[in-house]
Amino acid sequence: MGKLDAKIPQGPLSEKWTNHKSNINLVSPANKRLIDVIVVGTGLAGASASATLAELGYNVKTFCFQDSPRRAHSIAAQGGINAAKNYQGDGDSTYRLFYDTIKGGDYRSREANVYRLAEVSANIIDQCVAQGVPFARDYGGLLDNRSFGGVLVSRTFYAKGQTGQQLLLGAYSAMNRQIGRGKIKMYNRHEMMDLVVVDGKARGIIARNLVTGKLERHGAHAVVIASGGYGNVFFLSTNAMGSNVSAAWKIHKRGAHFANPCFTQIHPTCIPVSGDHQSKLTLMSESLRNDGRIWVPKKLEDAKAIREGKLKPTELAEEDRDYYLERRYPAFGNLVPRDVASRAAKERCDAGFGVNKTGEAVYLDFAAAIERYGKEQAHVKGLDENDAATVKKLGQEVIRAKYGNLFQMYEKIVDQNPYETPMMIYPAVHYTMGGVWVDYNLMTSIPGCYAIGEANFSDHGANRLGASALMQGLADGYFVLPYTIGDYLSNDIRTGTIATDSPEFEAAEKAVADQLNAFVNTKGKNSVDYYHKKLGKIMWNKCGMSRNAKGLKEAIKEIKELREDFYKYVNVPGSTTEFNEQLAKAGRVADFLELGELFAKDALERTESCGGHFREESQTPEGEALRDDKKFTFVSAWEYQGEPAKAKLHKEDLKYEEIEVKTRSYK
Amino acid sequence: MKLTLKVWRQANATASGKMVTYPIDEVSPDMSFLEMMDVLNEQLIQKGEDPVAFDHDCREGICGMCSMFINGEAHGPDRLVTTCQLHMRKFKDGDTITIEPFRAKAFPVIKDLAVDRSAFDRIQQAGGFVSINTSGNTQDANAIPIDKHDADKAFDAATCIGCGACVATCKNASAMLFVSAKVSQYALLPQGKVEATDRVMNMVTQMDEEGFGNCTNTGACEVECPKGISLENIARMNREYLTASVKG
Repeated sequence: MGKLDAKIPQGPLSEKWTNHKSNINLVSPANKRLIDVIVVGTGLAGASASATLAELGYNVKTFCFQDSPRRAHSIAAQGGINAAKNYQGDGDSTYRLFYDTIKGGDYRSREANVYRLAEVSANIIDQCVAQGVPFARDYGGLLDNRSFGGVLVSRTFYAKGQTGQQLLLGAYSAMNRQIGRGKIKMYNRHEMMDLVVVDGKARGIIARNLVTGKLERHGAHAVVIASGGYGNVFFLSTNAMGSNVSAAWKIHKRGAHFANPCFTQIHPTCIPVSGDHQSKLTLMSESLRNDGRIWVPKKLEDAKAIREGKLKPTELAEEDRDYYLERRYPAFGNLVPRDVASRAAKERCDAGFGVNKTGEAVYLDFAAAIERYGKEQAHVKGLDENDAATVKKLGQEVIRAKYGNLFQMYEKIVDQNPYETPMMIYPAVHYTMGGVWVDYNLMTSIPGCYAIGEANFSDHGANRLGASALMQGLADGYFVLPYTIGDYLSNDIRTGTIATDSPEFEAAEKAVADQLNAFVNTKGKNSVDYYHKKLGKIMWNKCGMSRNAKGLKEAIKEIKELREDFYKYVNVPGSTTEFNEQLAKAGRVADFLELGELFAKDALERTESCGGHFREESQTPEGEALRDDKKFTFVSAWEYQGEPAKAKLHKEDLKYEEIEVKTRSYK
Repeated sequence: MKLTLKVWRQANATASGKMVTYPIDEVSPDMSFLEMMDVLNEQLIQKGEDPVAFDHDCREGICGMCSMFINGEAHGPDRLVTTCQLHMRKFKDGDTITIEPFRAKAFPVIKDLAVDRSAFDRIQQAGGFVSINTSGNTQDANAIPIDKHDADKAFDAATCIGCGACVATCKNASAMLFVSAKVSQYALLPQGKVEATDRVMNMVTQMDEEGFGNCTNTGACEVECPKGISLENIARMNREYLTASVKG
């Protein structure tokens, strides 16, 4: 692999994308019909890319492991999607969205990519409304907005607490239109097992039909990876059970650099772990921080009494509560970015102020919002603003209209009514900013192989702001990749169909079959989940919300040992020629066991703290993250060299032309 | 909690299936139903038996992948939840729980509790979209104000997760609630009205081709729907269909 070239276009930041689009090569409509593109994954990025590429005229083959493309985990995104529309007239602009995203990412994202993201954001909303996405509206019939963490404007569009669902169903509908026209061939319940590289170019994949177990060869002129993030390396995360790193990891092993693997987002507001049986964690949307106030008791004895069930949170007087985010960060208060809010919660809980049985929970309280909204409604309706019962009832109605589904989810899981008592929340793994390294065109270091959405690394730096993941997924899929991929494919118009009987396909398929057979023939003593849970514990304890050199070194060693044990003693029941969920899971966990080690290695090398990556050795006297811009203003791009320990580091230096790199302050 | 599970086991689409009984203990009331199934599967794997296949993914009630017919009800005894959101505290120590797949001619069993619901995708492919290109060169999102009531109703219909509980519950295995939710969402929005006629005709035709039964207005689907999709949508679709038939 040669030197990293991000291929950022020349010219002023605000004109780069327009100029680039005007100057790249195009493929004529007649030639597009001769070109096949594979898309792996059907979340916002994969579904939107599939639909748009098919509309342009390419022959698209799309793969998802679920039973339908509509199940992809983008569906679970709750809060909203950012766009610099400035409908609220509160001073928003493309530049401000760009600036907030760069600053939120703690100056570790690529400037030109982020500017482009902000630039196309407004189009996304137009597009989605035209598709029939039912965003929230006000009584005048216009679109409503809310505010999210790390910003001082209201630019987030939403559909109750189900924005991801509505956007994904919009992209899914656009895909369905193309499937109906035969321009997309959809492969449900298929998993990508490997990338096939021929003469240095991505030329197809090996896929496995999860129902029959049969391996299939699929050729194409380009392969797009849109398989999401790798949060499930922690076992417990807000990701779906099936979310995995495998597609991204397979291309890494074929030559794609993996960037910033240690940049993980630990989301501050999730429902706390209830016991060892727990299989996943559930997010409570950041949008709740618009109206919820976060606190713990001021006194240790009150916290203890609450943990023992002797005191109720509602009984604690106002002056005995510590609204620690409002105290520490007066300017942004409860709406500080996620990494800051998460660390602050951990700090309080570690100091003994946690409020549930395990001591790992803080309160998210809506009582003040219920009262405020209730009074407003009482005033509007001409009712008595001083009648507490009326105010409470009216206030609860407003909260129900805004967050009803989230409150219901909480009640079902925790068995407490959050309208009456504060929610208990704790940080959990939610999103991975790191991912496959891509250039400005979203191409990986393998020619013809692209990575979009959460699967790539480029837009969120060391910390992602709320409501930006949906924006990036759709921006990449609808508006960026469909242009940039043409530049590469314009050289492929005479190539003809990619044959799948070449030695490269043969070898790749055999390697996959060998690994699957090895899994079912190991007949060891431990289930796949046994290993996944062990890996998750190592990751959470040593590569979680705060990291230090000692722990990371231990993690590297322990993960390697666990991986060796896995190959010796894993127990995968059944055969390779049937519907076998354990076998599918074994392959995914095998990849997590490699990624985990690279993750820890990356975290060890980056001795600064930045965004979601907090190194205990690098903090200010007040306990805030301390960046080291002189040494670390770069992207760590790792090249695979046979095993994670041997991965070679390439650095992409980050240059900021239009923005002054400053200490991130939300005080 | 100690429980007795009676689970439908079927090796593949062509094999004949049967109910198999499994005792299970150490079930915590805080577990979700699927976490209880994880415990069962872990035990089966330890014993060298084949774990029970079931569909699931997000485990927070939104992806629509989990199914299961529990004690004769789609998604079990609780209301407005999917199986993954059903918690064991809804059951009592010593209970016997019957677990079957979603059954319908149009949803063939793949293995055990996993069924093939791709018929739903094909109905959507027949017309569940607005024919607009994704170029982004559309008019400004606020160019057409939409009555908040219509927007809210469209949203309510659009929250369908496509799980198939309505079909599994209906004695006729009708997909009317599912199809009408999509038809309604678009019929209520100006962006969807343009091709409303073709949409309803195409989607209903595909629904019939897939082998779903007819709607006899028993309303069981609405009761069991985890997202509370209203029967009002079926009424709206019938109006749309009638209008389209007259036009067509």
